[in-house]
Amino acid sequence: MSGCNAKKCGVGTDELSPLPDHIKEKIHDHPCYSQEAHHFYARMHVAVAPACNIQCNYCNRKYDCANESRPGVVSELLTPEEAAKKVLAVAMEIPQMTVVGIAGPGDPLANPERTFRTFELIKEKAPDIKLCLSTNGLKLTEYIEKIKELDVDHVTITINAISPQVASKIYPWVFFNHRRYKGLEASKILLEKQYEGLKACVENGILVKVNTVFIPEVNGEEMEELSRKVRGMGAFLHNIMPYVEGDGTAYQRMGIKPPTPSQLKEVQEKCEGHMSLMRHCRQCRADAVGLLGEDRGQEFTKDKIAKLEINYNPEFRKSIHEEIEKEREKLRKARELLSVPLREDKGISVLVAVASKGNMLVNEHFGTAHEFLIYEVSSKGCKFIHHRKVTPYCHGSISCIEGGEVLEEIISKLSDCKAVLAAKIGFEPRDVLEPRGIQCVDEFAYLPIEEALVKYYEKYVLKNETVEV
Amino acid sequence: MAMFIRQEDCISCYACEKECPTKAISHDEESMFEIDPRLCTECEGFYEEPQCVAICPIDGCIVRLEGTGYECVK
Repeated sequence: MSGCNAKKCGVGTDELSPLPDHIKEKIHDHPCYSQEAHHFYARMHVAVAPACNIQCNYCNRKYDCANESRPGVVSELLTPEEAAKKVLAVAMEIPQMTVVGIAGPGDPLANPERTFRTFELIKEKAPDIKLCLSTNGLKLTEYIEKIKELDVDHVTITINAISPQVASKIYPWVFFNHRRYKGLEASKILLEKQYEGLKACVENGILVKVNTVFIPEVNGEEMEELSRKVRGMGAFLHNIMPYVEGDGTAYQRMGIKPPTPSQLKEVQEKCEGHMSLMRHCRQCRADAVGLLGEDRGQEFTKDKIAKLEINYNPEFRKSIHEEIEKEREKLRKARELLSVPLREDKGISVLVAVASKGNMLVNEHFGTAHEFLIYEVSSKGCKFIHHRKVTPYCHGSISCIEGGEVLEEIISKLSDCKAVLAAKIGFEPRDVLEPRGIQCVDEFAYLPIEEALVKYYEKYVLKNETVEV
Repeated sequence: MAMFIRQEDCISCYACEKECPTKAISHDEESMFEIDPRLCTECEGFYEEPQCVAICPIDGCIVRLEGTGYECVK
């Protein structure tokens, strides 16, 4: 039995080990594709693409596209010029931002002029920034040459089904060749175009990932086959995302239920096989800015950007990235030391929630955490499962009036976890969580996540010590 | 004959403007969209169905002008 060993850990770059070296190198600093990179590097989406050419039952266009954004908040639409300026502003303010994506709020390829103009402007002014595109695939083959010409680094296609029968329960209509198609006919066209688009990307050497919205009662049965198929066709990652219920959507009216965390975990495990599966996706808004767990979009609104004078400095950005790489190297070395086999193997596996705000450290307070990273820890090592979003217990005010309610919500989200690891956990939440069987551990504050997990496991699971306050 | 955009339902997604074969659709600085009834042919002579209606994501947002009470602006 080995410890938190590189191959098993699923936290490091190692989850990418089945990938060829040239792909690994390409995604080394891409927060959305490399699980390790997402602890260090940031991304941003620019909302330049409002039009869409299909309708999804999980999306309500009165808000944003549910595919890539949380519904409920409308984003500011940007012109390509405004978007490029925003990108430069963010690049200087958040130099760890390495990737710009266009994901909506509609479909980028239903707005080709705006999308490609934005990419051209960014490429011209900041060639070190990687470009990404996320599409429903309907128009992908049509624009493949343009995508190649602009050096778009990665393309994501959302494919939710294999059979037109299942697809027809997801897409009520598709606008194609100047007609609105419905039912099976619409689904046949869309699926054909999506799989053709995937093939075209692979043939043209464009890195392509497939996103699937997992809707248990609709496409649950097809998940495994879909995962095998898209990987067989050459997608380098398959990202299974839970369907999120959005206000005013057709699915909400039909009473379609989102998957539970355990349903999601089960389907991800089934699909994992020998290939990489993405588990850290945050289903960002079409205008998200920052590290994956955060959204600093409000700091970069149109009116704020308009007033800014920007001096883009690639050298400054490079120096920051070098610092990050040194930090990653340090953590990698620390991880190697952890591969010492654990002395005992009682065959116990536990789920542990971790509060982190980046850099792969246990560095977030329990009360300010917007999400917890869930890890499965056993004598074999630790494995990242997924993240769970919560309402932070403290909203910055001294007395938390609704604290009790919020705490109950957090407990319900973490009920299957044996412990919470955070930089600091106050007495109030401790007094509520501990009696409910969730250990509150802040003695491993600021340690690398994996080291903290292994230490926790040895001390509290294997030796069965109780937490002292 | 012409189509009409009910502005209270419009989400300003620009989709219809791009599809219109007679360039009857335009928008102002606030992204409020409207159809010029003098230019709109409901796509007759171009396509089988009005393109704006076919791509509009909001059901009932684009309707026939006749009967809306706005015909007098013609």
